[in-house]
Amino acid sequence: MQGFLAVFKREFKSYFTTPLAYVFLVVYLFFSGYLAFKDGFFESRQADMMIFFVNMPLLFVFLVPAAAMRLWAEEKKTGSIELLFTLPITVMQAVLGKFLAAWLFLIVAISLTFPMALTVCYLGKPDLGLMAAEYLATILMAGGFLAVGCFFSAVSNNQVISFVLSVVACSVLVFAGMPTTMNYLSTFLPAGAVNTVGLMSFQEHFESILRGVLEFKDISYFIILIAGWIAACGAVLDERRAG
Amino acid sequence: MIKIKELRKSFGPIVAVDGVSFEVEKGQVLGFLGPNGAGKSTVMRMLACFLRPDGGTASICGYDIIKNPIQVRQNIGYLAENVPSYSDMTAGAFLNFVCDARGLEGKRRKDALDKTVAMCHIESVYHQTIETLSKGYKRRVGLAQALIHEPPVLILDEPTDGLDPNQKHEVRLLIENMAKEKCIVISTHILEEVEGVCNRAIIISKGKILADSTPEKLKAEYNCTLDEVFRKITAHKVA
Repeated sequence: MQGFLAVFKREFKSYFTTPLAYVFLVVYLFFSGYLAFKDGFFESRQADMMIFFVNMPLLFVFLVPAAAMRLWAEEKKTGSIELLFTLPITVMQAVLGKFLAAWLFLIVAISLTFPMALTVCYLGKPDLGLMAAEYLATILMAGGFLAVGCFFSAVSNNQVISFVLSVVACSVLVFAGMPTTMNYLSTFLPAGAVNTVGLMSFQEHFESILRGVLEFKDISYFIILIAGWIAACGAVLDERRAG
Repeated sequence: MIKIKELRKSFGPIVAVDGVSFEVEKGQVLGFLGPNGAGKSTVMRMLACFLRPDGGTASICGYDIIKNPIQVRQNIGYLAENVPSYSDMTAGAFLNFVCDARGLEGKRRKDALDKTVAMCHIESVYHQTIETLSKGYKRRVGLAQALIHEPPVLILDEPTDGLDPNQKHEVRLLIENMAKEKCIVISTHILEEVEGVCNRAIIISKGKILADSTPEKLKAEYNCTLDEVFRKITAHKVA
């Protein structure tokens, strides 16, 4: 436990000791607002935040890998991994410590969009339960992307390579569920297979929670996805010890 | 306190460590010598449980490096060759992180920090970020990190590399002062250092131990300086 807490604390603080956190927050908050206003946040005249949240997967495909790419690639490049793994810390404690610190950082970023929620509350009477579900969906999706980014960061020593690989992997997970992809796949795949592809994508589960329906299958999708990629990340780092 | 049995490690086709066995007891300061690429750092990395051996085993303070890596790491202080640290942290924050990871809390942490910071003479750079420190100070912060929990076993990979003569002297004094209480393994290329602080020397080349004796005995046996002994043993046996 002490190993986990040490890594978690150090990692979370390190976002704010470098300009990374501030650059990330500014870019994220600007674009999340910009996309919402561009799509007619006010013009829709509806007291909900659907328009704001529906763009999150596209934004996160680029931004979350940018926040995740340094997690392990940097440790390996600078050699500090040798320090980390000669302290009494297990691989899993380190992986979870880093992942949860980065996730908490993303949660901070997501919660800083609160002025949008306040605006909606001020202008109308939104369904607060739905709004909470939308935030939950966004946080879970950020965790999913982060777990993917964490894995690819452990695979390569080079941050750029980690970034590109995780953007590709996250895009596949998002775009597999887009209607255009599904339509294209249905031209040559049987309906069952197309459905399966849809079910494996972020989009389907994200939108399902976004509609305010909290279903076990959607929550468990994200949890299994996160657990799977994190376990794979741990396995890659553990294997690396064998040289 | 350190028992190594037939330790082996290869990286692809390159055999880095080829069946190394030795034991080190409390009170011994072992100088681990060898040309570049001899396998010194690899042995030390395996002892610190950073690399997993391909064959053989080792134990430190009774804990096996493969079965109980966490207990082994609790009992050792390890300074790696390139002195890894988190360069964006201040020296103080970095040492506090190491205390966190090693479970040093409250008064024990304060005492440990006070003692180690004074011992390694890093008071003046305590609030400075590590990336702005000179090579010598970086190494001293690394040394402080290895000593902070007062481990019974110290594994130091080239602890005086890059230090000026005064700093080298200080580190040697530090090692001498700790020698009675601990079991210390040092790798180095500076042979006068071996004569100065070590009471045992192992010469290794191409992953194999070529000599295991005291610096004095080696000099007497070959009837020359330690420098010449080193050259004779490694050049002769390798060729």
